[in-house]
Amino acid sequence: MRIKTTILYSLIASLGLANLGFAEDQADGRSLAFDRTKGNCLACHAIPGEPKAESPGNIGPPLVSMKARYPDRAELRARIWDETVVNPDTVMPPFGRNKILTEQEVELVTDYIQGL
Amino acid sequence: MKRKLAYIIMAGLLLGCAHTGPAKGPTDDRNALIKNYKQMLPDIKFDDYIYGALAMNPDAKGQYDDIMSFPPYSMDLDNGQKMWGKPFKNGKKFSSCFPNGGKNVAGNYPYFDNTANRVVTFENAINSCLKANGEEELKYAEKQMGLLTAYARSLSDGMKVNVKVEGAGALAAYEKGKAYYAARNGQLNFSCRSCHVQAAGKFIRMDQLSMMIGQASHWPEFRGGTDIVTLQGRFKQCEKNVRAKPKDANSEEYNNLEYYLTYMSNGLPMQTPVFRK
Ligand code: HEC
Ligand code: HEC
Repeated sequence: MRIKTTILYSLIASLGLANLGFAEDQADGRSLAFDRTKGNCLACHAIPGEPKAESPGNIGPPLVSMKARYPDRAELRARIWDETVVNPDTVMPPFGRNKILTEQEVELVTDYIQGL
Repeated sequence: MKRKLAYIIMAGLLLGCAHTGPAKGPTDDRNALIKNYKQMLPDIKFDDYIYGALAMNPDAKGQYDDIMSFPPYSMDLDNGQKMWGKPFKNGKKFSSCFPNGGKNVAGNYPYFDNTANRVVTFENAINSCLKANGEEELKYAEKQMGLLTAYARSLSDGMKVNVKVEGAGALAAYEKGKAYYAARNGQLNFSCRSCHVQAAGKFIRMDQLSMMIGQASHWPEFRGGTDIVTLQGRFKQCEKNVRAKPKDANSEEYNNLEYYLTYMSNGLPMQTPVFRK
Protein backbone atom coordinates (compact mmCIF):
# COMPACT_ATOMS: atom_id res chain seq x y z
CA MET A 1 0.00 0.00 0.00
CA ARG A 2 2.72 2.38 1.03
CA ILE A 3 4.74 1.43 -2.04
CA LYS A 4 1.70 1.97 -4.13
CA THR A 5 1.14 5.47 -2.84
CA THR A 6 4.79 6.31 -3.32
CA ILE A 7 4.59 5.16 -6.89
CA LEU A 8 1.43 7.09 -7.31
CA TYR A 9 3.01 10.19 -5.83
CA SER A 10 6.08 9.92 -7.96
CA LEU A 11 3.89 9.27 -10.95
CA ILE A 12 1.93 12.43 -10.21
CA ALA A 13 5.12 14.32 -9.53
CA SER A 14 6.74 13.25 -12.76
CA LEU A 15 3.57 13.94 -14.67
CA GLY A 16 3.46 17.33 -13.06
CA LEU A 17 7.07 17.94 -13.93
CA ALA A 18 6.67 16.76 -17.46
CA ASN A 19 3.67 18.97 -17.70
CA LEU A 20 5.57 21.90 -16.28
CA GLY A 21 8.48 21.32 -18.64
CA PHE A 22 6.15 21.23 -21.56
CA ALA A 23 4.28 24.29 -20.39
CA GLU A 24 7.51 26.20 -19.90
CA ASP A 25 8.77 25.57 -23.41
CA GLN A 26 5.59 27.04 -24.72
CA ALA A 27 5.29 29.47 -21.88
CA ASP A 28 8.30 31.40 -23.10
CA GLY A 29 6.76 32.17 -26.46
CA ARG A 30 3.27 32.29 -25.07
CA SER A 31 4.01 34.48 -22.09
CA LEU A 32 6.02 36.83 -24.29
CA ALA A 33 3.04 37.04 -26.64
CA PHE A 34 0.63 37.64 -23.74
CA ASP A 35 2.81 39.99 -21.64
CA ARG A 36 1.55 43.57 -21.92
CA THR A 37 5.06 44.93 -21.66
CA LYS A 38 6.39 42.58 -24.37
CA GLY A 39 4.40 41.27 -27.34
CA ASN A 40 0.97 42.24 -26.05
CA CYS A 41 -0.41 40.55 -29.15
CA LEU A 42 -3.80 40.19 -27.43
CA ALA A 43 -4.20 43.96 -27.58
CA CYS A 44 -5.06 43.46 -31.24
CA HIS A 45 -5.42 39.73 -31.98
CA ALA A 46 -7.74 37.06 -30.67
CA ILE A 47 -6.10 33.65 -30.20
CA PRO A 48 -9.14 31.36 -30.44
CA GLY A 49 -7.11 28.24 -29.65
CA GLU A 50 -6.08 29.58 -26.25
CA PRO A 51 -8.62 29.44 -23.42
CA LYS A 52 -6.44 31.87 -21.44
CA ALA A 53 -6.40 34.52 -24.16
CA GLU A 54 -9.10 36.60 -22.49
CA SER A 55 -10.64 39.85 -23.74
CA PRO A 56 -8.51 40.29 -26.83
CA GLY A 57 -8.79 43.25 -29.19
CA ASN A 58 -9.85 42.91 -32.81
CA ILE A 59 -7.64 45.35 -34.72
CA GLY A 60 -5.78 42.48 -36.37
CA PRO A 61 -7.12 39.13 -37.64
CA PRO A 62 -7.48 36.17 -35.23
CA LEU A 63 -4.32 34.09 -35.04
CA VAL A 64 -5.55 30.63 -36.08
CA SER A 65 -4.40 27.77 -38.36
CA MET A 66 -1.05 29.47 -38.55
CA LYS A 67 0.88 26.42 -39.67
CA ALA A 68 -1.42 25.93 -42.62
CA ARG A 69 -1.41 29.60 -43.51
CA TYR A 70 2.31 30.12 -42.91
CA PRO A 71 4.08 26.89 -43.82
CA ASP A 72 7.16 29.02 -44.36
CA ARG A 73 8.31 29.97 -40.87
CA ALA A 74 10.55 32.72 -42.25
CA GLU A 75 7.55 34.51 -43.69
CA LEU A 76 5.73 34.44 -40.36
CA ARG A 77 8.84 35.65 -38.55
CA ALA A 78 9.26 38.47 -41.04
CA ARG A 79 5.78 39.76 -40.32
CA ILE A 80 6.36 39.74 -36.59
CA TRP A 81 9.78 41.34 -37.11
CA ASP A 82 8.38 44.21 -39.19
CA GLU A 83 4.90 44.12 -40.70
CA THR A 84 5.46 47.54 -42.33
CA VAL A 85 7.61 45.76 -44.95
CA VAL A 86 4.49 43.89 -46.11
CA ASN A 87 2.09 46.77 -45.48
CA PRO A 88 3.65 50.23 -44.97
CA ASP A 89 0.37 51.53 -43.53
CA THR A 90 -0.14 48.77 -40.95
CA VAL A 91 -0.77 49.66 -37.31
CA MET A 92 1.07 46.55 -36.09
CA PRO A 93 4.27 47.50 -34.24
CA PRO A 94 7.57 46.33 -35.79
CA PHE A 95 8.59 44.08 -32.90
CA GLY A 96 12.03 43.16 -34.20
CA ARG A 97 13.06 46.32 -36.04
CA ASN A 98 12.16 48.60 -33.11
CA LYS A 99 13.60 46.16 -30.54
CA ILE A 100 10.30 45.78 -28.72
CA LEU A 101 11.33 42.11 -28.54
CA THR A 102 14.92 40.86 -28.72
CA GLU A 103 15.95 38.64 -31.61
CA GLN A 104 15.66 35.58 -29.40
CA GLU A 105 12.25 36.64 -28.17
CA VAL A 106 11.04 37.04 -31.75
CA GLU A 107 12.13 33.45 -32.42
CA LEU A 108 10.22 32.17 -29.39
CA VAL A 109 7.09 34.11 -30.27
CA THR A 110 7.30 32.90 -33.88
CA ASP A 111 7.48 29.29 -32.74
CA TYR A 112 4.55 29.76 -30.42
CA ILE A 113 2.42 31.54 -33.05
CA GLN A 114 3.24 28.97 -35.73
CA GLY A 115 2.01 26.26 -33.38
CA LEU A 116 -1.43 27.86 -33.13
CA MET B 1 9.76 85.10 -80.74
CA LYS B 2 9.38 86.53 -77.29
CA ARG B 3 5.69 86.04 -77.59
CA LYS B 4 6.08 82.41 -78.59
CA LEU B 5 8.29 81.80 -75.60
CA ALA B 6 5.72 83.41 -73.34
CA TYR B 7 3.02 81.12 -74.76
CA ILE B 8 5.19 78.08 -74.20
CA ILE B 9 5.85 79.11 -70.62
CA MET B 10 2.18 79.77 -70.03
CA ALA B 11 1.21 76.42 -71.48
CA GLY B 12 3.79 74.78 -69.27
CA LEU B 13 2.41 76.51 -66.21
CA LEU B 14 -1.11 75.46 -67.09
CA LEU B 15 0.00 71.90 -67.59
CA GLY B 16 1.77 72.02 -64.27
CA CYS B 17 -1.43 73.14 -62.60
CA ALA B 18 -3.48 70.47 -64.28
CA HIS B 19 -0.97 67.92 -63.16
CA THR B 20 -1.01 68.75 -59.46
CA GLY B 21 -4.72 69.56 -59.45
CA PRO B 22 -6.29 72.06 -57.08
CA ALA B 23 -4.46 72.23 -53.74
CA LYS B 24 -6.19 70.12 -51.12
CA GLY B 25 -7.19 72.24 -48.17
CA PRO B 26 -8.74 71.74 -44.74
CA THR B 27 -12.26 71.49 -46.18
CA ASP B 28 -11.23 68.61 -48.43
CA ASP B 29 -9.40 66.93 -45.56
CA ARG B 30 -12.47 67.11 -43.38
CA ASN B 31 -14.85 65.89 -46.08
CA ALA B 32 -12.57 62.97 -46.86
CA LEU B 33 -12.39 62.03 -43.19
CA ILE B 34 -16.17 62.23 -42.75
CA LYS B 35 -16.60 60.00 -45.80
CA ASN B 36 -14.07 57.57 -44.39
CA TYR B 37 -15.91 57.28 -41.06
CA LYS B 38 -19.28 56.92 -42.78
CA GLN B 39 -17.90 53.88 -44.57
CA MET B 40 -16.18 52.45 -41.51
CA LEU B 41 -18.97 53.12 -39.04
CA PRO B 42 -22.15 53.28 -41.13
CA ASP B 43 -24.50 52.92 -38.15
CA ILE B 44 -23.27 55.95 -36.25
CA LYS B 45 -24.89 59.30 -36.89
CA PHE B 46 -22.59 62.27 -37.44
CA ASP B 47 -24.04 64.17 -34.46
CA ASP B 48 -23.24 61.22 -32.20
CA TYR B 49 -19.51 61.46 -32.96
CA ILE B 50 -19.25 63.70 -29.89
CA TYR B 51 -19.85 60.61 -27.76
CA GLY B 52 -16.77 58.90 -29.15
CA ALA B 53 -16.53 55.25 -28.17
CA LEU B 54 -19.83 55.56 -26.28
CA ALA B 55 -21.64 56.03 -29.59
CA MET B 56 -20.54 52.50 -30.51
CA ASN B 57 -21.88 50.82 -27.41
CA PRO B 58 -25.53 51.38 -26.40
CA ASP B 59 -25.04 49.84 -22.93
CA ALA B 60 -22.12 52.10 -22.10
CA LYS B 61 -24.03 55.08 -23.52
CA GLY B 62 -26.99 54.23 -21.26
CA GLN B 63 -24.75 54.19 -18.20
CA TYR B 64 -23.18 57.44 -19.35
CA ASP B 65 -26.59 59.10 -19.65
CA ASP B 66 -27.45 57.99 -16.10
CA ILE B 67 -24.20 59.36 -14.74
CA MET B 68 -24.59 62.63 -16.62
CA SER B 69 -27.98 63.28 -15.04
CA PHE B 70 -26.29 63.39 -11.61
CA PRO B 71 -22.67 64.16 -12.48
CA PRO B 72 -20.18 63.15 -9.78
CA TYR B 73 -18.14 66.27 -10.54
CA SER B 74 -20.78 68.90 -9.75
CA MET B 75 -18.78 70.14 -6.72
CA ASP B 76 -15.75 70.63 -8.93
CA LEU B 77 -17.82 72.55 -11.40
CA ASP B 78 -19.02 74.79 -8.54
CA ASN B 79 -15.39 75.53 -7.71
CA GLY B 80 -14.75 76.44 -11.34
CA GLN B 81 -17.75 78.75 -11.27
CA LYS B 82 -16.40 80.49 -8.16
CA MET B 83 -13.02 80.99 -9.85
CA TRP B 84 -14.71 82.42 -12.93
CA GLY B 85 -16.86 84.81 -10.89
CA LYS B 86 -14.22 86.03 -8.43
CA PRO B 87 -13.19 89.64 -9.13
CA PHE B 88 -9.51 90.37 -9.86
CA LYS B 89 -7.64 92.81 -7.60
CA ASN B 90 -8.61 95.57 -10.05
CA GLY B 91 -12.29 94.68 -9.63
CA LYS B 92 -12.74 93.28 -13.16
CA LYS B 93 -13.69 89.67 -13.87
CA PHE B 94 -12.88 87.05 -16.50
CA SER B 95 -16.12 87.92 -18.27
CA SER B 96 -14.63 91.34 -19.13
CA CYS B 97 -12.03 89.68 -21.39
CA PHE B 98 -14.49 87.94 -23.70
CA PRO B 99 -17.29 89.09 -25.99
CA ASN B 100 -20.78 88.39 -24.67
CA GLY B 101 -19.42 87.91 -21.15
CA GLY B 102 -17.81 84.65 -22.25
CA LYS B 103 -21.03 83.01 -23.45
CA ASN B 104 -20.89 81.11 -26.75
CA VAL B 105 -17.28 81.98 -27.47
CA ALA B 106 -15.28 78.86 -26.61
CA GLY B 107 -16.23 77.16 -29.89
CA ASN B 108 -14.17 79.78 -31.76
CA TYR B 109 -10.97 78.46 -30.16
CA PRO B 110 -8.26 77.70 -31.04
CA TYR B 111 -7.81 80.49 -33.57
CA PHE B 112 -4.74 81.66 -35.45
CA ASP B 113 -3.40 85.03 -34.31
CA ASN B 114 -1.76 86.64 -37.34
CA THR B 115 0.03 89.30 -35.29
CA ALA B 116 1.60 86.85 -32.87
CA ASN B 117 1.89 84.30 -35.70
CA ARG B 118 0.70 81.41 -33.56
CA VAL B 119 -2.29 79.38 -32.50
CA VAL B 120 -4.20 80.74 -29.49
CA THR B 121 -6.10 78.19 -27.43
CA PHE B 122 -8.91 78.99 -24.99
CA GLU B 123 -6.47 78.33 -22.14
CA ASN B 124 -4.06 80.85 -23.69
CA ALA B 125 -6.90 83.41 -23.76
CA ILE B 126 -7.64 82.76 -20.07
CA ASN B 127 -3.99 83.35 -19.20
CA SER B 128 -3.80 86.49 -21.36
CA CYS B 129 -6.82 87.78 -19.44
CA LEU B 130 -5.10 87.13 -16.11
CA LYS B 131 -1.90 88.78 -17.32
CA ALA B 132 -3.68 91.83 -18.75
CA ASN B 133 -5.32 92.33 -15.37
CA GLY B 134 -2.12 92.02 -13.37
CA GLU B 135 -2.93 88.56 -12.04
CA GLU B 136 -0.74 85.50 -11.95
CA GLU B 137 -1.25 83.07 -14.84
CA LEU B 138 -2.46 79.51 -14.22
CA LYS B 139 -0.36 76.45 -15.00
CA TYR B 140 -1.48 75.40 -18.44
CA ALA B 141 -2.87 71.87 -18.34
CA GLU B 142 -3.22 71.47 -14.60
CA LYS B 143 -6.07 71.15 -12.16
CA GLN B 144 -6.92 74.82 -11.50
CA MET B 145 -6.96 75.59 -15.22
CA GLY B 146 -9.05 72.46 -15.72
CA LEU B 147 -11.63 73.48 -13.11
CA LEU B 148 -11.85 77.06 -14.39
CA THR B 149 -12.21 76.05 -18.04
CA ALA B 150 -14.68 73.29 -17.13
CA TYR B 151 -17.00 76.07 -16.05
CA ALA B 152 -15.92 78.71 -18.59
CA ARG B 153 -16.45 76.35 -21.51
CA SER B 154 -19.82 75.23 -20.15
CA LEU B 155 -21.00 78.78 -20.94
CA SER B 156 -20.70 77.70 -24.58
CA ASP B 157 -22.67 74.45 -24.26
CA GLY B 158 -24.59 73.83 -27.45
CA MET B 159 -22.46 76.22 -29.51
CA LYS B 160 -21.18 74.58 -32.68
CA VAL B 161 -17.42 74.18 -32.91
CA ASN B 162 -16.36 76.89 -35.32
CA VAL B 163 -12.61 76.87 -35.94
CA LYS B 164 -11.37 78.87 -38.92
CA VAL B 165 -8.26 78.25 -40.98
CA GLU B 166 -7.76 81.40 -43.06
CA GLY B 167 -4.52 82.82 -44.45
CA ALA B 168 -1.05 81.43 -44.97
CA GLY B 169 0.01 81.41 -41.30
CA ALA B 170 -3.15 79.62 -40.19
CA LEU B 171 -2.80 77.07 -42.97
CA ALA B 172 0.83 76.39 -42.04
CA ALA B 173 -0.14 75.78 -38.38
CA TYR B 174 -2.98 73.51 -39.48
CA GLU B 175 -0.65 71.55 -41.77
CA LYS B 176 1.83 71.10 -38.92
CA GLY B 177 -0.93 69.77 -36.67
CA LYS B 178 -2.04 67.43 -39.41
CA ALA B 179 1.49 66.14 -39.97
CA TYR B 180 1.92 65.53 -36.23
CA TYR B 181 -1.32 63.58 -36.17
CA ALA B 182 -0.12 61.26 -38.93
CA ALA B 183 3.52 60.90 -37.81
CA ARG B 184 4.56 57.58 -36.34
CA ASN B 185 6.19 57.99 -33.01
CA GLY B 186 7.96 56.06 -30.29
CA GLN B 187 9.08 52.45 -30.01
CA LEU B 188 5.66 51.04 -30.85
CA ASN B 189 5.55 53.09 -34.06
CA PHE B 190 1.98 54.39 -33.68
CA SER B 191 0.57 57.66 -34.92
CA CYS B 192 -2.63 59.20 -33.58
CA ARG B 193 -4.07 58.20 -36.94
CA SER B 194 -3.21 54.50 -36.39
CA CYS B 195 -5.70 54.26 -33.57
CA HIS B 196 -8.33 56.94 -34.11
CA VAL B 197 -8.64 56.80 -37.89
CA GLN B 198 -7.37 53.44 -39.13
CA ALA B 199 -8.67 51.43 -36.16
CA ALA B 200 -11.67 53.57 -35.13
CA GLY B 201 -14.47 51.38 -33.82
CA LYS B 202 -12.11 48.46 -33.21
CA PHE B 203 -11.13 47.16 -29.80
CA ILE B 204 -7.63 47.50 -28.45
CA ARG B 205 -7.97 44.94 -25.64
CA MET B 206 -11.11 46.12 -23.81
CA ASP B 207 -11.10 49.69 -25.14
CA GLN B 208 -13.10 50.59 -28.19
CA LEU B 209 -11.38 53.34 -30.17
CA SER B 210 -13.19 56.61 -30.75
CA MET B 211 -13.20 58.39 -34.10
CA MET B 212 -11.20 61.59 -34.26
CA ILE B 213 -14.07 63.78 -35.42
CA GLY B 214 -15.98 64.79 -32.29
CA GLN B 215 -13.05 64.27 -29.93
CA ALA B 216 -12.42 67.97 -29.37
CA SER B 217 -15.87 69.26 -28.45
CA HIS B 218 -16.11 68.39 -24.75
CA TRP B 219 -13.06 69.36 -22.71
CA PRO B 220 -12.03 69.09 -19.97
CA GLU B 221 -13.35 65.64 -19.07
CA PHE B 222 -13.75 64.04 -15.71
CA ARG B 223 -12.30 60.57 -16.03
CA GLY B 224 -13.56 58.09 -13.50
CA GLY B 225 -15.97 60.84 -12.52
CA THR B 226 -13.68 63.22 -10.62
CA ASP B 227 -10.22 63.11 -12.18
CA ILE B 228 -10.04 66.20 -14.35
CA VAL B 229 -8.21 65.91 -17.68
CA THR B 230 -7.70 68.66 -20.23
CA LEU B 231 -7.50 67.97 -23.96
CA GLN B 232 -3.72 68.40 -24.04
CA GLY B 233 -3.50 66.28 -20.88
CA ARG B 234 -5.26 63.57 -22.89
CA PHE B 235 -2.71 63.94 -25.73
CA LYS B 236 -0.01 63.24 -23.15
CA GLN B 237 -1.84 60.18 -21.80
CA CYS B 238 -2.22 58.66 -25.26
CA GLU B 239 1.44 59.30 -26.05
CA LYS B 240 2.59 57.81 -22.74
CA ASN B 241 0.41 54.75 -23.30
CA VAL B 242 2.20 54.03 -26.56
CA ARG B 243 5.69 54.67 -25.16
CA ALA B 244 6.17 57.86 -27.14
CA LYS B 245 7.67 60.92 -25.47
CA PRO B 246 4.85 63.37 -24.74
CA LYS B 247 5.38 67.03 -25.61
CA ASP B 248 4.81 69.82 -23.09
CA ALA B 249 1.34 71.25 -22.69
CA ASN B 250 1.12 74.59 -24.52
CA SER B 251 4.03 73.60 -26.77
CA GLU B 252 3.80 74.72 -30.38
CA GLU B 253 3.35 71.07 -31.39
CA TYR B 254 0.38 70.47 -29.10
CA ASN B 255 -1.26 73.80 -29.88
CA ASN B 256 -1.05 73.08 -33.63
CA LEU B 257 -2.33 69.55 -32.98
CA GLU B 258 -5.27 70.95 -30.99
CA TYR B 259 -5.96 73.41 -33.82
CA TYR B 260 -6.09 70.64 -36.43
CA LEU B 261 -8.07 68.27 -34.19
CA THR B 262 -10.63 70.91 -33.21
CA TYR B 263 -11.10 72.06 -36.82
CA MET B 264 -12.12 68.49 -37.59
CA SER B 265 -14.93 68.73 -35.00
CA ASN B 266 -16.41 71.82 -36.68
CA GLY B 267 -20.19 71.90 -36.73
CA LEU B 268 -20.60 69.61 -33.71
CA PRO B 269 -22.16 70.95 -30.51
CA MET B 270 -19.94 71.75 -27.52
CA GLN B 271 -20.66 70.14 -24.19
CA THR B 272 -18.46 70.66 -21.15
CA PRO B 273 -17.54 68.97 -18.96
CA VAL B 274 -18.35 65.32 -19.58
CA PHE B 275 -17.78 62.04 -17.81
CA ARG B 276 -15.49 59.38 -19.21
CA LYS B 277 -14.46 56.10 -17.66
C1 HEC C 1 -1.69 47.45 -32.47
C2 HEC C 1 -2.15 46.30 -33.13
C3 HEC C 1 -1.36 45.03 -33.25
C4 HEC C 1 -0.54 44.39 -32.33
C5 HEC C 1 -0.19 44.84 -30.93
C6 HEC C 1 -0.10 43.19 -32.98
N1 HEC C 1 -0.63 43.08 -34.22
FE1 HEC C 1 -0.35 41.54 -35.55
N2 HEC C 1 -1.50 42.52 -36.93
C7 HEC C 1 -2.18 43.71 -36.72
C8 HEC C 1 -2.93 44.05 -37.92
C9 HEC C 1 -3.83 45.27 -38.10
C10 HEC C 1 -2.69 43.02 -38.85
C11 HEC C 1 -3.27 42.89 -40.26
C12 HEC C 1 -2.24 43.01 -41.34
C13 HEC C 1 -1.67 44.40 -41.55
O1 HEC C 1 -2.13 45.39 -40.96
O2 HEC C 1 -0.72 44.51 -42.34
C14 HEC C 1 -1.78 42.08 -38.19
C15 HEC C 1 -1.29 40.92 -38.79
C16 HEC C 1 -0.56 39.95 -38.13
C17 HEC C 1 -0.15 38.69 -38.72
C18 HEC C 1 -0.54 38.20 -40.10
C19 HEC C 1 -1.90 37.62 -39.88
C20 HEC C 1 -2.59 36.91 -41.01
O3 HEC C 1 -3.74 36.53 -40.77
O4 HEC C 1 -2.02 36.72 -42.08
C21 HEC C 1 0.53 38.00 -37.76
C22 HEC C 1 1.12 36.62 -37.88
C23 HEC C 1 0.58 38.84 -36.59
N3 HEC C 1 -0.10 40.01 -36.85
C24 HEC C 1 1.20 38.49 -35.41
C25 HEC C 1 1.30 39.31 -34.29
C26 HEC C 1 2.04 38.97 -33.10
C27 HEC C 1 2.77 37.66 -32.89
C28 HEC C 1 1.94 40.03 -32.25
C29 HEC C 1 2.56 40.25 -30.90
C30 HEC C 1 3.93 39.89 -30.72
C31 HEC C 1 1.11 41.04 -32.92
N4 HEC C 1 0.74 40.55 -34.15
C32 HEC C 1 0.75 42.25 -32.37
C33 HEC C 1 -2.16 44.47 -35.57
C34 HEC C 1 -1.42 44.20 -34.43
C1 HEC D 1 -2.49 52.70 -29.45
C2 HEC D 1 -3.69 53.42 -29.52
C3 HEC D 1 -3.74 54.93 -29.39
C4 HEC D 1 -2.94 55.90 -29.94
C5 HEC D 1 -1.69 55.71 -30.80
C6 HEC D 1 -3.52 57.18 -29.58
N1 HEC D 1 -4.64 56.98 -28.82
FE1 HEC D 1 -5.95 58.43 -28.22
N2 HEC D 1 -7.05 57.01 -27.22
C7 HEC D 1 -6.78 55.65 -27.20
C8 HEC D 1 -7.73 54.98 -26.34
C9 HEC D 1 -7.79 53.47 -26.06
C10 HEC D 1 -8.59 55.99 -25.84
C11 HEC D 1 -9.80 55.80 -24.88
C12 HEC D 1 -10.98 55.32 -25.67
C13 HEC D 1 -11.45 56.37 -26.67
O1 HEC D 1 -12.17 57.29 -26.27
O2 HEC D 1 -11.06 56.30 -27.84
C14 HEC D 1 -8.15 57.26 -26.42
C15 HEC D 1 -8.74 58.49 -26.20
C16 HEC D 1 -8.38 59.67 -26.82
C17 HEC D 1 -9.08 60.93 -26.67
C18 HEC D 1 -10.29 61.15 -25.79
C19 HEC D 1 -11.59 60.85 -26.45
C20 HEC D 1 -12.72 61.17 -25.50
O3 HEC D 1 -13.76 61.63 -25.96
O4 HEC D 1 -12.59 60.96 -24.30
C21 HEC D 1 -8.40 61.86 -27.42
C22 HEC D 1 -8.74 63.33 -27.57
C23 HEC D 1 -7.29 61.17 -28.05
N3 HEC D 1 -7.31 59.83 -27.67
C24 HEC D 1 -6.37 61.77 -28.89
C25 HEC D 1 -5.20 61.14 -29.34
C26 HEC D 1 -4.12 61.84 -30.01
C27 HEC D 1 -4.10 63.32 -30.36
C28 HEC D 1 -3.15 60.91 -30.26
C29 HEC D 1 -1.77 61.10 -30.81
C30 HEC D 1 -0.94 62.07 -30.22
C31 HEC D 1 -3.66 59.63 -29.79
N4 HEC D 1 -4.90 59.82 -29.23
C32 HEC D 1 -2.99 58.41 -29.94
C33 HEC D 1 -5.79 55.00 -27.92
C34 HEC D 1 -4.80 55.63 -28.67
